[in-house]
Amino acid sequence: MLEELVTVSTVVNGKHYRRIVEPRLLLSDFIRHDLGLTGTHVGCEHGVCGACTILVDEKPVRACLMFTPQADGHAIETVEGLAEENGELHPLQEAFRDKHGLQCGFCTPGILMTMKAFIAQHPAATEGEIREALSGNLCRCTGYQNIVEAVKLAVSRIGGSS
Amino acid sequence: MTAATNRYFGSPVLRNEDAPLLTGAAMFVDDIDFPDMLHVAFLRSPHAHARIEKIDTTATQKCDGVVAVFTADDLGAFWAPSPLVVPPPPIEDLVFNQRTQTPLARDVVRYVGEPVALVVAENRYLAEDALDRIVVDYDPLPVAAELEPSAQVDAPMVHDVRGNVAAEVRQVKGDYNLAKNNADVVIARRFLYEHGLAQPIETRGIVARWDTKAEHLSVWAATQTPTSLHGGLAQLMGLGSHQIRVVAPFVGGGFGSKLLMYYPEELMVPWAARELGSSLKWIEDRSEHFVATSQERGQIHDAEIAVSQDGKILGLKDVFLHDNGAYNPYGLTVPINSQCAVLGPYVVPAYDSSFKAIFTNKPIVAPFRGAGRQHGVFVIERLLDIAARQLGIDRVEIRRRNLIPSDAFPYKNGIMFQDFTELQYDSGNYLPILERTLEIIGYESFVRDEQPILRAEGKCVGIGVVCYVEGTGIGPYEGAKVQVDPSGRVHVATGIGTQGQSHFTSFAQIAADLLGVAVDEVDVTTGDTDQFGWGAGTFASRGAVVAGNAVHEACSAVREKILNLAAEHFECSSQQLSIENGAVQTLDRPDQSITIGELAVLANPMRGAVKPGTEPGLQATRYFGPEAGTTASGAHAMIVEVDRETMMVKILKYVVVHDCGTPINPMVVEGQIHGGVAQGIGNAFYEKVMYDDAGQIMNATLADYLIPTSMDVPVIELDHIETPSTMNPLGIKGVGEAGAIPVAPAFAQAVEDALGIAEGGFEILEIPLSPNRLWELAEGGTQ
Amino acid sequence: MKPAPFRYAAPRSIEELLALKAEHGDDAKFLAGGQSLIPTMNFRLAQPAVLLDLNTLPDQNFIVETSSGGVRIGALVRHSDIETSETIARSHPLAHEAIRFVAHPQIRNRGTLCGNLAHADPASEMPAVMLALGGRFHARSAVSDRWIDASDFFLSIFTTALEENEMLCEVEMPPLPPGSGTCFLEVSRRPGDFAMMGVATVVSLDEAGRCAEARIAYCSAGETPLLAPGVAASLAGEEPDETALLNAARQAAEEIDPPGNVHLTSAYQKHLVAVLTGRALRTAFARANTNASQ
Repeated sequence: MLEELVTVSTVVNGKHYRRIVEPRLLLSDFIRHDLGLTGTHVGCEHGVCGACTILVDEKPVRACLMFTPQADGHAIETVEGLAEENGELHPLQEAFRDKHGLQCGFCTPGILMTMKAFIAQHPAATEGEIREALSGNLCRCTGYQNIVEAVKLAVSRIGGSS
Repeated sequence: MTAATNRYFGSPVLRNEDAPLLTGAAMFVDDIDFPDMLHVAFLRSPHAHARIEKIDTTATQKCDGVVAVFTADDLGAFWAPSPLVVPPPPIEDLVFNQRTQTPLARDVVRYVGEPVALVVAENRYLAEDALDRIVVDYDPLPVAAELEPSAQVDAPMVHDVRGNVAAEVRQVKGDYNLAKNNADVVIARRFLYEHGLAQPIETRGIVARWDTKAEHLSVWAATQTPTSLHGGLAQLMGLGSHQIRVVAPFVGGGFGSKLLMYYPEELMVPWAARELGSSLKWIEDRSEHFVATSQERGQIHDAEIAVSQDGKILGLKDVFLHDNGAYNPYGLTVPINSQCAVLGPYVVPAYDSSFKAIFTNKPIVAPFRGAGRQHGVFVIERLLDIAARQLGIDRVEIRRRNLIPSDAFPYKNGIMFQDFTELQYDSGNYLPILERTLEIIGYESFVRDEQPILRAEGKCVGIGVVCYVEGTGIGPYEGAKVQVDPSGRVHVATGIGTQGQSHFTSFAQIAADLLGVAVDEVDVTTGDTDQFGWGAGTFASRGAVVAGNAVHEACSAVREKILNLAAEHFECSSQQLSIENGAVQTLDRPDQSITIGELAVLANPMRGAVKPGTEPGLQATRYFGPEAGTTASGAHAMIVEVDRETMMVKILKYVVVHDCGTPINPMVVEGQIHGGVAQGIGNAFYEKVMYDDAGQIMNATLADYLIPTSMDVPVIELDHIETPSTMNPLGIKGVGEAGAIPVAPAFAQAVEDALGIAEGGFEILEIPLSPNRLWELAEGGTQ
Repeated sequence: MKPAPFRYAAPRSIEELLALKAEHGDDAKFLAGGQSLIPTMNFRLAQPAVLLDLNTLPDQNFIVETSSGGVRIGALVRHSDIETSETIARSHPLAHEAIRFVAHPQIRNRGTLCGNLAHADPASEMPAVMLALGGRFHARSAVSDRWIDASDFFLSIFTTALEENEMLCEVEMPPLPPGSGTCFLEVSRRPGDFAMMGVATVVSLDEAGRCAEARIAYCSAGETPLLAPGVAASLAGEEPDETALLNAARQAAEEIDPPGNVHLTSAYQKHLVAVLTGRALRTAFARANTNASQ
């Protein structure tokens, strides 16, 4: 029953993967190095900075606080899955560019995934709600101001088009 | 020659670099992978000060996947104290005791985290497993932990210097004693100022690959100074400069922490890669960042200000201790900046400043955004506040009365700056900045009307206004190579790197204007020594200024080549030509045009003869080295509300009026200020690295070292004044650090005001603060 | 910061899980949300040889009302499930109010209530909530099955009454007395941080508008969540006016003796005890008033 290696089947950005891994392999490392999806970044490995935030079954979680076997049977979405197949950017990505919501870009994927889930649940989110929803992701470059503006813009654009 | 347009320069152009960053495609150092890549982990000293008696690595041989283990004994001649990166400025009677770090510790460790051994394994997990199997016999030695005790003559010696004196520096102008005798009021205080850790969201990291057949080393490093790392590695590894390529890929924030040379890891990983003939990767984890990466820490200032009855500064005196850390490869940049920053934007006729930099058994202190200016700005701004209170003068008014007048530039300060030249402010216009700040924050109406009303309602609200200058754009130089490709796209390469400053856009703006192309038709390469190998790096708010001007020079030269070649081609005068939409157009002859790509082909004939002295292609390499730095300036103001019971502080309003000369991209400038202010707020109220008596860090996690979140940083209202720099043709000044520098004294002033200092509240003489500390001070606690 | 190696099992039944735990004893740790365990493993502060993953167990994510109006919460109920549970919002607003202070949404999406309670970090919010509610903890092992009262559950820092091989498989929040008012308050440096001080209070009024009963629990105040029975006793039978609240606050600061830590002095924490007690009681009594009049 106890295993030193575990088979993990998971769907990432709509694609099926099946790998055999050491159970201690952090999901963040699995995504980045085993699957080569390096858009998800690692900042702290203790769940505080949020750079590694991905969606698991549509909910934002810290990839550094999951062991890879825990992803077995679940669906993962990373920043690489945000844009359309044809390269068209997600409204959040567009808005981040339009509002200079990123500087070094290292925290950005984690924030995009957090915000994607957030605005799906709160399509009419106010500035205050956005700012609060952002508080679990650390950014050291922007002071958050333009990030909030970017999410506001995305909310209005998505709301406007629906 | 027709003039270039200003279509892009000065405009908030959206960034060229965003697409790969937004889609996760951008390459940071940990994204690099090679099939044969091995992974490195460092064994680090758990003691702040100890002798190494023995290192036993034999147990690692039984560890899965371990390829090699190295200690100092394996290094041969490679083991040596690293070169001094920043020599001390030539100040008279300066004492400097150079003690630099080594690639791995041998015999003695001097700070918790100092690297002792290196393990190479198939993956980082296995490497860390092996670390646990290395046995080191340490003989602990007495620790010099706290700053002031470490400066005592009988303190435990970090090296071999009594009183742990890393340096002693005194700079004097005028006669302070005379000033003091003539003063109506003299204010003297002790100030404690601690700055913290940069904590970029991306930690450090390096990949090194030794190609045995080609005898070539490739290095990718999260560094702010790829060119200097390149030069250093060449020298230390005995390689030709052509045998090494250093690339700084996308870097996730630096703020000074990725600048130090030579980080032990940045020497050991390339060395080990060559030793093993393979590719190695080391990525610093967050735990390591607390001990392995340079940081800023504390200074203790005993400072005094001598003023006349009407609040004019007659003189300043300051004696301070600076916590240097265990080694001093970065010289005296930080404390010299502090020393210079005390003068601020004010007329100070007499100044007597001396400091001792003290070795401590703690990590190396090297610049973190602001690089020591914070400490100095706190001293002067607090002294002015205290003097104002004592003299019964409004604290904004006392600043007005001392600001350097706008007709006094270039203003010589009479002491030496970090770039070894006399501290000189090239241009400035300080009073309008202050007035505009007061206008936006609504100073008059707040103090006169709103504050009394809110106070009557029981709210503790206060306002703080401070001024500052920032020396930016210092030398030595940067360079740029610009080339038009047959495709018509323009390539700009410069030696500095990028950690988020938008160089891919701001330099493209300069090129696009001069070469008549769209800004997204310019490809910028930064930080690849194969593309451009000369330069110093991104620090001291100099990237845009120095490299930007080099780009400008190189593009101007290419523009001239384009027009001359086109004139030859069309057999007309270049006066009749302009470059628009990527093509050279002829005035009055719309049918006569040629794209710059076609010209680039013409400029590089494969056959035939050319005139002697011709350079092929449409390309130019130019360098820019300013005579001296250029001084940016500004004012910050904030309104805060303090919960008197819990001492939690909320920032209600924040205003910055900034002068960085002519901005290349105002959107980028604003972003830099936002980020700087956020770090300044962290410095003022959240970030404190805590050491115990044994030199151990007590709060080495991001749960315990508090970086501000989105809820802790207010919306920042910005305005700009533009006083062009006289130190470079583009008139630009740096802006990278401005936001961070004066936040703490503004915060202190505002909180004092909120808690009723005018009515006998307590003085704030220290940073960082916290609710706990404010409550202690309110209860009558002392420093 | 990579964890040390371990062997892993994801059993499909609780019986299998408990049997494995019995077999490996202290060498094995349960993995539920992992939001407390995995960081300590990444720091190598914990190096369990065996990890037993609960996440594949069926039927463990229940939130069900009991016949008496209490709520039973299963081992795989995430903090975010509690946050969005209409049942809990209605029956235990104290838990609903407190849960938003637990870390951040990304952590709440994984972390489980039972896991958090079993971890027993004295700075955690939910242990104090359970203490204020007088909750009950269902502990099972391969050979035992018992319920433990909240007041007996938290023994010391990171130490509970769970014996070797026992798992916390569900908790029960008893029904609140009729006409109750509750309040959870905390002060933390940044949103989502551990509390500098936190208080969870349940009060109820009698027909005359006097305090019938009060339970006041604190987090970040000692080695475990702590009740202030002395304050509660003083309030009983009293009209909860400003004087009574001030006295309660003062008394709480005498009764509760926080130890301080690397970030905080015990004096300041004591001060916060007084401040938050007053504020929380004021709100709880006001809510009790509103509830009583409905």
